[in-house]
Amino acid sequence: MSAGLNIPGGTVRDPGFPTERENYLTNSKGVLSWLFTLDHKRIGVMYLIGVTMAFALGGLLALALRWHLLDPDGTLFTNNIYNQVFTLHGAIMVFLFIIPSIPAALGNFLVPIMLGAKDVAFPRLNLSSFYLWIFGAIFFVMALCASGLDTGWTFYTPYSTTTDTSVIMATLGAFILGFSSIFTGLNFIVTINTMRPPGMTWFRMPLFLWATYATSIIQVLATPVLGITLLLLVAERTMHIGIFDPEYNGDPVTYQHFFWFYSHPAVYIMILPAFGIISEIISVHSHKHIFGYRFIAYSSIAIALLGFLVWGHHMFTAGMSDMTTIIFSALTFTVSVPSAIKVFNWLATMYKGSISLTTPMCYAISFIFLFTIGGLTGLHLGTLATDQHLHDTYFVVAHFHYVMVGGTLVAFLGGLFHWWPKMFGRMYNENGGRFSAFLVFLGFNLTFLPQFILGSRGMPRRYATYDPEFATLHTASTHGALILGIGLLVALIVLLMSLVRGKKASANPWGGATLEWNCTSPPPFYNFERAPAVGDPYDFHSIEWDEENERYVTVDPERKIAPEEEPTTEPAHADKKH
Amino acid sequence: MSTNDADTATDPHGDHGHDHEHPAFLAHHFDTPEQQYDSGKLGMWVFLVTEVLFFSGMFCAYAIFRMLRPEVFEGCSQFLNTTLGAINTGVLLFSSLTMAWAVRCAQTEEYKKLTTLIATTLSCAMIFLGVKAIEYSHKWEMGLLPAGMFSYDPAHPHHADAPNYLLWICLPFALIFLGTLIWLISSIVKGNKFQTACLKPLTIVAFSFFIGIGLGTILESGNKGESHSTASDSTEHIESADHSSEIASVGHSPESSQGGHTEYGVMERLAVDATNSGLKNELKALDAQSELATGTVVLDHSTDVDATIKRAPRDFLTPSRAGVFFSIYYCMTGIHAIHILAGIGVLVWLLVRSVRQDFNRQYFGPVDYVGLYWHLVDLIWIYLFPLLYLIR
Ligand SMILES: [Cu+2]
Repeated sequence: MSAGLNIPGGTVRDPGFPTERENYLTNSKGVLSWLFTLDHKRIGVMYLIGVTMAFALGGLLALALRWHLLDPDGTLFTNNIYNQVFTLHGAIMVFLFIIPSIPAALGNFLVPIMLGAKDVAFPRLNLSSFYLWIFGAIFFVMALCASGLDTGWTFYTPYSTTTDTSVIMATLGAFILGFSSIFTGLNFIVTINTMRPPGMTWFRMPLFLWATYATSIIQVLATPVLGITLLLLVAERTMHIGIFDPEYNGDPVTYQHFFWFYSHPAVYIMILPAFGIISEIISVHSHKHIFGYRFIAYSSIAIALLGFLVWGHHMFTAGMSDMTTIIFSALTFTVSVPSAIKVFNWLATMYKGSISLTTPMCYAISFIFLFTIGGLTGLHLGTLATDQHLHDTYFVVAHFHYVMVGGTLVAFLGGLFHWWPKMFGRMYNENGGRFSAFLVFLGFNLTFLPQFILGSRGMPRRYATYDPEFATLHTASTHGALILGIGLLVALIVLLMSLVRGKKASANPWGGATLEWNCTSPPPFYNFERAPAVGDPYDFHSIEWDEENERYVTVDPERKIAPEEEPTTEPAHADKKH
Repeated sequence: MSTNDADTATDPHGDHGHDHEHPAFLAHHFDTPEQQYDSGKLGMWVFLVTEVLFFSGMFCAYAIFRMLRPEVFEGCSQFLNTTLGAINTGVLLFSSLTMAWAVRCAQTEEYKKLTTLIATTLSCAMIFLGVKAIEYSHKWEMGLLPAGMFSYDPAHPHHADAPNYLLWICLPFALIFLGTLIWLISSIVKGNKFQTACLKPLTIVAFSFFIGIGLGTILESGNKGESHSTASDSTEHIESADHSSEIASVGHSPESSQGGHTEYGVMERLAVDATNSGLKNELKALDAQSELATGTVVLDHSTDVDATIKRAPRDFLTPSRAGVFFSIYYCMTGIHAIHILAGIGVLVWLLVRSVRQDFNRQYFGPVDYVGLYWHLVDLIWIYLFPLLYLIR
């Protein structure tokens, strides 16, 4: 407790710094204390390291692809190798990075702390889903080493049942990763349902928790369908069960239906938690109450549910009946409504706020730009007539990269910068962070804006070579990818440098009001002795800037005991014995 | 919300110790046993939802292929032995009863009864697997396998060179039974009371598999006695059923070729003349077109043009027809059997804990959760049985 501030009328509340014995990073030592930890924070950190490595691998593959496409005839690979590289890029990025990135890494760290709880509901299940993730990742790397994989990340039949690359290994990997994802989602649903502290009603939850909850619902409902689909695919390859294989009367389009029944909702597994992060960052760094709390909360749930009804938009050209395509197209448009609600609410939150252009905020603002472009170009693909032209072109590639990279990755970085001081107790170089945000924004747009044009001019996706007329745009795209890579590298360096020479972070460096800012940075291993008092998570009235110590503190208004006089020590009804 | 210390919680710097008692079974991050129980129960329900969705993929596949080729499903379900299916349904229903009763006993702390009931549930599961082993091995011998390996030949239903599948299935179970028996004897000799108490029921459980095998064998041979004396009994029985359906289809096919296809019925009659090859080709094209329009078209080698109208119902015993039925049959029942095996695993764990008297009035969650899981596995079978065996 520090006293002597010039803040009138109230007592200042600040948890100070953790001792080495309390700090969750240092309270027990040795590799084994990490590998067998049940502490959700350490599991979150291990996930963070894991997904960063997966991302580095996928990113290097992406750079190699872009490098290959510098020349119309390709510079690096043979066509077969090119197929394998883009397959691995997609599969690694989707299954190993984006899906676990925010929910498993940041979510694991944050969900219990935001709830004021000591841990998630099932800590052992939590650790086992981390190890399932590791196993799945190993299977993927083995598929890479064994004989390549060239089906694309979607494993479409009939090609995946006939190619002799290691489809079985990769699908088993994805199956295991699916269970990791299911268990994480299950854990969060139960944690949020049963472990909220007294006073935290559903509508006093931080929006990140709403987003995580909606994500978890999708993880739990959609992933099992992917599981059985991949299992049937493995059975198809080993025993020729004839469900997907046309040679035995099977129907390859059935595979597509099954696959997209998972994989469309899966894109919301990827983007919904990003929405949650952005809601937190925008409100905290604009120092203004979030606008339309209930709308943002409900729209997360609406997206989660509507997301189950639109999978057919990936198959408009696969030969469904006209009526089906029209219905899927119409339903696809309805999903844009809750997404737009969120964007408008974020803008309204920023309006007349006192915005600090910190690194997280820079990322959040670029998220709004990039996600809006990504979302709006989705409408072109959801429209039946334009999709006939744009299907399987670079337009699709650019669209989903705007959502997945411009949306999820940028939000992930924003969230990482936002909660980094909380996770590791160190402040990073603010200017370095801003510079990385600028490079990422610039590089990203330079990479993918040209791809929209390429696609609309008819450049098909997944081709190793292209017509010389597309050369200029492809070259621009490759240069953009390099800048993007450098930007990400700068971000990594800035964060790692902070661990070495960063200033000690205070408990509340940004002025947030959610519960995680109520414990020390980094949090003690038990998070909270007791669940803290819960208020409105976006009410910043009692948060004040403490100039002297460069930190935000919570100022409790002076409370008086009423009635003032001491109560009589003798009970009023002492004579009446029960 | 069950926590009542909201008022004390508002004081973050109050006393640091836990003022409420923390019993051994209560995990450190829960405040009350109720909270722990509720969390576990909700977690189990959510898990069951994922299980239902996991099976839903196969139910979808079933629905799609039944819609495309109802005659294949009708014909093939006659290969499944309804009596054995019914016995298994009864066994599973009874095991659900004992499981529910076990939950009650865990709540009332009647440990003897609890152990007996869990062991009964386990024995039922083993009987189920035993009967299933009879069903599977019988079909494998006849070559009634998934599409890629389907090798059933109505003329020679029993492959002479087939390995003895039943023996191979029984082998691991026999080893388990012998293992538990030896362990039991050694624990009795050593006087380890706890191990003896665990292993006695487990030995009976392991033996139950062979009760199932016996039950299945008797019922199969019971069928034999009724129809024919030779080994090709049930298949011949099926064949005769097949003949009758053939007659029905013969009676039906002229109707469908005239009444069903009125749009080009005249052309069809003309095309019967062998010289009209051009017309035949046109019909071929029209057929392909109409198939395309209904969305049923798939690459199908057996659907040559002369086979479409008359021969389709008759020769469903091909890999791409009956084979797909058996693919779906093996996928659904196989994954269900894997769930039974997983259930056996957790029930054994429960049995050991029950002997250890871990459960009490406040802590009976694990029994309850495993019970829920067991009921779901049971319920899935309740759907599988009519869909695969009964609906004709
Ligand atoms: Cu989609």
